[in-house]
Amino acid sequence: MPYQQIKFYQAGSFVVGNRLLDPEERSVQAKMDRSNSLTSGHRACQGCGEALGARYALDAAMRATDNKVIAANATGCLEVFSTPFPESSWQLPWIHSLFGNAPAVSTGIAAALKVKGRTDIRVVGQGGDGGTVDIGFACLSGMFERNDDVLFICYDNEAYMNTGVQRSGATPPAARTATTKPVGKEPGNVFGQGKSAPLIAMAHEIPYVATATVSDLRDLEYKVERAMELRGARYLHIFVPCPLGWGSASNDTIRIARLVKETGLFPVFEAEHGEVVGVSKIRRQVPVEEYLRPQRRYAHLFKDPPRTDVIAHIQKRADRNIRRFGLLPDENDSADLPGHATDAAGGPGSPPHPDETSAAAILAESHEGAT
Amino acid sequence: MDKPFAITLDVGTSLANKTGSWRTERAVYSDRLPPCNNACPAGENIQRWLYHAEEGGDGYERAWRQIMEDNPFPAIMGRVCYHPCETSCNRGQLDEAVGINSVERFLGDEAIRQGWKAEPAAAPTGKHVLVVGAGPSGLSAAYHLRRLGHDVTIHEAGPMTGGMMRFGIPKYRLPRDVLDAEVQRILDMGVRLELNRKVTNVLDSMREGGFDAAFLAIGAHIGKRAYIPAGEAARIVDAVTLLRSMEGEERPLLGRRVVVYGGGNTAMDAARTAKRLGAEEAIVVYRRTRDRMPAHDFEVEEAEEEGVMMKWLSTIKQADGGKLVLEKMELDETGFPQPTGEVEELEADSLVLALGQEADLSLLDGIPGIEVEDGVVQVGPNMMTGHAGIFAGGDMVPAERTVTVGIGHGKKAARHVDGWLRGAEYRPPPKHQLATFDTLNTWYYADAPRTMQPQLEVARRRSTFEEVVGGLDEDNALFEARRCMSCGTCFSCDNCYGVCPDNAVLKLGLPGEEYAIDYDYCKGCGICVQECPSGAIEMVPETI
Repeated sequence: MPYQQIKFYQAGSFVVGNRLLDPEERSVQAKMDRSNSLTSGHRACQGCGEALGARYALDAAMRATDNKVIAANATGCLEVFSTPFPESSWQLPWIHSLFGNAPAVSTGIAAALKVKGRTDIRVVGQGGDGGTVDIGFACLSGMFERNDDVLFICYDNEAYMNTGVQRSGATPPAARTATTKPVGKEPGNVFGQGKSAPLIAMAHEIPYVATATVSDLRDLEYKVERAMELRGARYLHIFVPCPLGWGSASNDTIRIARLVKETGLFPVFEAEHGEVVGVSKIRRQVPVEEYLRPQRRYAHLFKDPPRTDVIAHIQKRADRNIRRFGLLPDENDSADLPGHATDAAGGPGSPPHPDETSAAAILAESHEGAT
Repeated sequence: MDKPFAITLDVGTSLANKTGSWRTERAVYSDRLPPCNNACPAGENIQRWLYHAEEGGDGYERAWRQIMEDNPFPAIMGRVCYHPCETSCNRGQLDEAVGINSVERFLGDEAIRQGWKAEPAAAPTGKHVLVVGAGPSGLSAAYHLRRLGHDVTIHEAGPMTGGMMRFGIPKYRLPRDVLDAEVQRILDMGVRLELNRKVTNVLDSMREGGFDAAFLAIGAHIGKRAYIPAGEAARIVDAVTLLRSMEGEERPLLGRRVVVYGGGNTAMDAARTAKRLGAEEAIVVYRRTRDRMPAHDFEVEEAEEEGVMMKWLSTIKQADGGKLVLEKMELDETGFPQPTGEVEELEADSLVLALGQEADLSLLDGIPGIEVEDGVVQVGPNMMTGHAGIFAGGDMVPAERTVTVGIGHGKKAARHVDGWLRGAEYRPPPKHQLATFDTLNTWYYADAPRTMQPQLEVARRRSTFEEVVGGLDEDNALFEARRCMSCGTCFSCDNCYGVCPDNAVLKLGLPGEEYAIDYDYCKGCGICVQECPSGAIEMVPETI
């Protein structure tokens, strides 16, 4: 078991903490002495998913390493809103260099620590999807390929938000951005483009690749903790809704992250050395409309007449993820407690069909959309 | 200048940047009224006692004491209450309502087992209150008045306490040792009890005993009769008399075929009792249809499981030695039964009339100010009759006639009697806004179906008066308590503390003050409100 299954059936199983739980079983975020790695006063928008995800992940990393973490940051919202010189919201050693070189800077820090014999200090590289998936990609692939001892975290909000919502390689099909206008026959971002950084990371066969969302805190914390148990190159891809860029209500950030997982559009899984070892099962499956509708970047799909063809195409992508990753619970999955399905092979959350688990098999299918 | 190259400013923390100034709405902790509390006729704070019970161990006693704040009969309630709390429970819209009643019974039984005592009375006030009737309402009033420091004397016309709890509710629903234990606990507080003391004129009794106020709760225990032409040999009894005679030494003889006339809970009780007394057939005759029956569903279901038969849309025209003449009815557009003229015969050794009860109000004869309408005494919102200092409650005033309503009347009247004796009107605190289902975020509640109470096998309960519904054991009582969603009330889940992107929710960890919002940094995004499972936070516009 990745972490102890909670023995009673009540709210405590899904919420951040609970007065009835032993302190040790509570999430890091429930603790009064959590490190608050990203503290108050930052200039992120109301309801920013990235600010939330960064605190979740780094607090967990701090807890797992006894507060011995150095973070290197790519350019992007996360850097701009947290550190307008001379103020900084970071409460851990933190460095920013360029947009494209955060993985390389992380590699350098790890190398320096190795030379100094301080391998007790751990390195986290982080950036948005632009800095990770596009601009920093060569450095990232190099870091993976050399198996440098770095955990790289991508906070994926699916576009370049800091510069005004331009399309990135992580922008999903049909989404409106400043550079993919909702006009013409295929409004918004086109189908068949973009890439999945977690699957590419898996193709490097590095020790650990995982995805998470800000809606499932316990799963996210477990994955950071697991990553910090391992050495070598590790990659964590966190789905973080952006109220400003997506046109969603600021109070819907967690709800939208929850819906993306429950539709199957964003598979939440973990992989070791290129093989999927666990998936978070869908708890209450919903059609993709429920996820798309609260976001104005998809508003053009719901005009009169609605683009049911495009919505159906997006639903197909969700259905394919469900099939590929085995996201629906089996009948004999005993409980729907969080993390329960994120189990080692053989448990209730055992990996999906063996033919489909290797990165190559999944990659072979990933450009389905170019129809 | 000893700063590094090209650096001119000292590095500082972003805490200097008070982002709270961006806000147009603020998150505020609120306290909504859980629907169970709203529905409870005895005014119990159900959410609160479940909260204590969820802790297990010492929490059970705290939970029991919380019930005792409002209701001195947890073990009885856990058996005979029709639990409107469960009907209104928000969890019913998610999976199944929380088994509040069964947890209450567990706590009540635990208290009897452990010998927990009621809280001691407050400092003596020197006032003396007369309570007439030792039924649920009278005992409840006596308990609350005693807690408030008044001397209380109960005058009970009958030979035993409990009223309808003893003489109306069969043993298989309420074992008498449970009833006796909970009544004794009230008497142990120093409430004086005088049995076999019928009050014939309440003003005289008050004057003689030097009482400062009186609470009347004499109940309604005269069975209503319907005019049914009957021959010499016909054996007709009313249900109240039948149920009362079950408390005596000799068991009533009803014969092989028993017909019960009526459609209320008393009719069900009478039919089920007849079965247990050895009747081969117990048939309930009711003039309307099942969905219009006043009896509660579970009572009808349990009766049917035990082999009680039902005859809908029928009235009894005539009773004669061993035979009844029934007329078929049909419902008109307004749902009222109309005779069809079609008759049939039904064999019966005896006929039990369960057509409702009336109160014997002779103790109020000639007392100025008293108003009686439809056979019941009129009272104001403070439970006081038209005569100052005389309060009334329970089945003798206009209300639904259940044990729990009576207990609620007793509590309410006690508070108003107390206010009246002190010369200061008791004002109940204003009710909070209701915590409706749509204010909850039910994602956070794990799916957990309800724990069913074990039921005595049907075969056994046809012939014995053993309790039909069993109790929960500690494990499943705890499980059931923990199914509570704590609607509208904070239960310290840490969600708000966890989900704030600005760390603007502070965890204080103080009892009663778990969290606070740091308005220096709260940007007003509303995530904490949206993600609060129990809907205990709301957004309030900032004033400009």
